[in-house]
Amino acid sequence: MSDTAPEAPVFYDTQDTHHHAPGGSTMLGFWIYLMSDALIFATLFAAFGVLSTAYAGGPTPREIFELPLVALNTAILLVSSITYGFAMIAMQEGRLGGTRLWLALTGLLGAAFVGVELFEFSNLIAEGATPQHSAFLSAFFTLVGTHGLHVSFGIVWLVVMLVQLGQRGLHPENQRRLMCLSMFWHFLDVVWIGVFTFVYLLGVLR
Amino acid sequence: MFDETVTKAIFGRLGWESFPVHEPILLVTFIGVVIVGLGVVGAVTKYGLWGYLWREWFTSVDHKRIGIMYVILGIVMLLRGFADALMMRAQQAIAFGSNEGYLPAHHFDQVFSAHGTIMIFFVAIPLVVGLINFVMPLQIGARDVAFPFLNNLSFWLTVAGALLVMVSLFVGEFSRGGWLNYVPVTNLQNSPDTGPDYYLWALQIAGVGTTLSGINMVVTIIKMRAPGMTMMKMPIFCWTALCSNVLVIAIFPVLTAAFAMLMLDRYIGTDFFTNDLGGNPMLYWNLVWIWGHPEVYVLVLPVFGIYSEVTSTFTGKRLFGYSSMVYATVVITILSYLVWLHHFFTMGSGASVNSFFGIATMVISIPTGAKIFNWLFTMYRGRIRYGLPMMWVVAFMLTFTVGGMTGVLLAVPPADFVLHNSLFLVAHFHNVIIGGVVFGLFAGIDYWFPKAFGFKLDPFWGKIHFWGWVIGYWVAWTPIYIVGLMGATRRLRHFDDPAMQPFFVIAAIGAVIIAIGIAAFVIQIAVSIMRRDQLRDTTGDPWEGRTLEWSIASPPPNYNFAHTPVIHDLDAWYDMKRRGAERPAEGFHPIHMPRNTGAGVILSALALVLGFAMVWYIWWLAALSAVGLFVVGIAHTFNYNRDYYIPAETVERDEAARPRPVATGA
Repeated sequence: MSDTAPEAPVFYDTQDTHHHAPGGSTMLGFWIYLMSDALIFATLFAAFGVLSTAYAGGPTPREIFELPLVALNTAILLVSSITYGFAMIAMQEGRLGGTRLWLALTGLLGAAFVGVELFEFSNLIAEGATPQHSAFLSAFFTLVGTHGLHVSFGIVWLVVMLVQLGQRGLHPENQRRLMCLSMFWHFLDVVWIGVFTFVYLLGVLR
Repeated sequence: MFDETVTKAIFGRLGWESFPVHEPILLVTFIGVVIVGLGVVGAVTKYGLWGYLWREWFTSVDHKRIGIMYVILGIVMLLRGFADALMMRAQQAIAFGSNEGYLPAHHFDQVFSAHGTIMIFFVAIPLVVGLINFVMPLQIGARDVAFPFLNNLSFWLTVAGALLVMVSLFVGEFSRGGWLNYVPVTNLQNSPDTGPDYYLWALQIAGVGTTLSGINMVVTIIKMRAPGMTMMKMPIFCWTALCSNVLVIAIFPVLTAAFAMLMLDRYIGTDFFTNDLGGNPMLYWNLVWIWGHPEVYVLVLPVFGIYSEVTSTFTGKRLFGYSSMVYATVVITILSYLVWLHHFFTMGSGASVNSFFGIATMVISIPTGAKIFNWLFTMYRGRIRYGLPMMWVVAFMLTFTVGGMTGVLLAVPPADFVLHNSLFLVAHFHNVIIGGVVFGLFAGIDYWFPKAFGFKLDPFWGKIHFWGWVIGYWVAWTPIYIVGLMGATRRLRHFDDPAMQPFFVIAAIGAVIIAIGIAAFVIQIAVSIMRRDQLRDTTGDPWEGRTLEWSIASPPPNYNFAHTPVIHDLDAWYDMKRRGAERPAEGFHPIHMPRNTGAGVILSALALVLGFAMVWYIWWLAALSAVGLFVVGIAHTFNYNRDYYIPAETVERDEAARPRPVATGA
C-alpha cells in the first residue's frame, strides 16, 4: 500500500454527474415487495400442505373440486396475462388508446376470474363445505381467497390506472406504475399456477 | 332488548365494564399518563409548536428526522416496557408460600405478555430501525432513502401499533398468551376477551410498517451508494443493516400470514390452530418461530455493526478482518433462517430433526465468535479511547459472550429437554438481548447523538447510565440463571420453594439498579440539552470518525451532501482526511428533494381506528376506516407533485455558514 497517490484523486462530484433518476429504484423495490408477497403465499401453501388432509370427517378434495370450472378459470387468468402483455407493447409504442383498450380487456378478464371463483365458493358453501368445517377447508379457502383478493386489488389498481391514463396520458410516472402493475399481474398468474397444481390437481389425485 | 341491540351495533362489545376503574394499579397509571399527556399537549400548545411539529417533523420525509422520531418512540416505549419488568420482579420477589403477591393472575399474565411484546416490537425494532434510518444514508453518501414517503408511512404505522398496545392498558385487556401470543391459549374459546385481538391488530399494523421499511432500506443500499462505493467498500454498519433488512423482508410476511390465520380463527371461526376439526396449534408455533428466531438477528446484526464502527473509531484503526466480518454477517443471516425449531425441541419431532436444528444452532456461534475476535484484534495495539460508546463495547463483549455460551448449551437437545421453558432460558435471552442489543443501541445513541443534534451527550450522567445497566444486568440476571437451573419455570407469579426467594429478591434489586441507569439516561438527555453550549461540536467530526457521516455538518443539512462524495477506499472519510481532500467552496447545483406529505399520518391514524374497531367488534367503524384507508391511499396516487429543487444559492449559503476546519491531519 503506497501512501503517496500519484495524482490527486477526485473526492467530490462537483460536476453533479451522479444522479438517481426519480423513481429509478421503483422497479427493484416493487420486485422485492413481490418477493415478500410471495412469502405470504409460501406460508399459506405450507399451512395448506400441513392441513391438506385434515378433513375432520368433512368432504375431501375429490368430492368438492370441479376441475373443468377451475380449468376454465385458469385459462381466463392466463389469457389476461397475455392481454396485459399487449397493453405493455402498446405503451412502449406510445399508443395511448391501445394501452387503455388492452388494459380494459385485462380488467374484464380479471373480473370474470374473480366472478367464477366467487361462484365456486358460493357453491361450496351451499353444499356445506364451509371454511369453518375442517382445517383442510380453512386452508383451502384462505389460500385461494387470498389470491382472489390480490386479483381484486389488482383490478382496483387497474381502474385507477385507466383514470390516470385518461388524465395524464403516458406520463413517465404512469408508465412506471403500469410496469409495476404488470409485474403484479404476472406474479398472480404464477401463484395461480401453483394453486391449480398443488391444490386442485394434486387434491383430486389424493 | 332493543336498547341492547342498538348499543351493540354502535359500540360493539365495548361497554362501561371495559374500563378497568376497579383496578387501582391501572387507575393510578391512567391518571399519571393523562397528567403527563396533558402536560406535553399543554406545553406544545403554549409555545405554539403544533404547526412546527406538523410541518417539520410529523409530515417530514427526511430520513434523519424519521430516524430521530423512531428513536424517541423506542425510548418512550422502553419506559413502559421496563415498568412492566419492575412489576414482575416485585411480584416474584414477594409471592412465596402463603403470600400471593400483589398482582392477580390474569393481570400478571398480561404484564409479561405486554413486556415482551413491547420490548421487541416497540422498543428494539424502532431503535434499530431509527438508527439505520438516520445513519445508513449518511454513510453511503445519499441524500435520502429510496422511497421517502414510504419511510414516513412505515414510521407512523409503527406508532399506530404502539398506540394500540397502549390503549389496551386502559380499555379492555391485553393478551395473556406470552409475547408471541401462543395458541391454544389465545384461541377464541380459551381467550374470548379482547387481549389477543389487541395483540394481533397492533402487530399486523406495525408489521406492515416494518416490512415496508425493510424493502426501503434494502433498495436504498443497493441503488443509492455514492460513486466508487462498491459493496466491499461499504461501511460495516451498512452491511449489517442490509442483512438485517433482507431478513425483515424474508420473515415478516410469514408472521403476517400466521397472524392472519389466527385472526381468521378468532373472527370467522376457521380451524387453523384449534384443538379440534383438524387444527394444528404447533403449526402456529412453527410459523411464528420461523419469524421469531431470525428476528433476533434482525435486531442484533445492525448492533454488531454499531460495535464495529465504534471499535474502529475509538481505537483509531481500520476494522480488523473487514471481509471476514462481512462474510460472518451473511452466514449468520442465512443460518438464522434454519434454526427455528430449537425453540421447541420438546415438540417431539424426533432425534434426527432435533439433531439438525441443534447442530445448525451451534454452528451460528462460529461466525459470531469470529466477530468477537475481530473486535478484539481491532482493539489489539490500538489507541483505545474509552469514551462512552467504547465502554458499551467492552461491557457488551464481556456480557454477550456469557449469553452466547449459555445459548450453545441450550442448543444441545438433551440439555434443552431439561431447561426448556425454565428461567435459565429466560436469563439466556435477556443476557444476549440486553448485553447484545440494548448495550449496542446505547452505544449507537451515544455515538451518533452529536451528529444528529450538534452537541455531545453529557459523559457524567452517561457513566451513571452505563454502570446502572451493566451492574444492574448482572445483579438481576445471574440469580435467574441459578433458579432456572434449580428448576424454576417461566411465567409463574407464585413459587412454593422458599429456598428460591433470596435469588428473586436479589434479582429485584438488580432491576432497581437498572432503573437507576434508565433514570440517569433520561437525566443525561435533559442535562445535555441544558448544557448544549459547553457540549457543542462545531467540526461535525467529534470522535475522529472514519465514515462519511462525519464529513458533513452536525446536524446535517436536509440535503445531507452539497456535493456527492466520491469513494476510493473503505473508511472513506478517513481516506479523505488522510489525503487532504478539500471541501469544494463553489460549483453548487440545485438539489432535487422529496416534498413532505401528511398522507402517512392520515393513513396510519385510519389504520389505528380500524384496529380499534375490529378489536371491539364495532363493525360500522371498521368498515368506515377501511374505506377511508382505501380512498386516502388511492387519492395519494393522484398527487404527481412530490418533489422540488433546493436552489444552488441556498446550498451555497448553508455550506458557507458551516465552520471550515477542513479535512486535513486527522
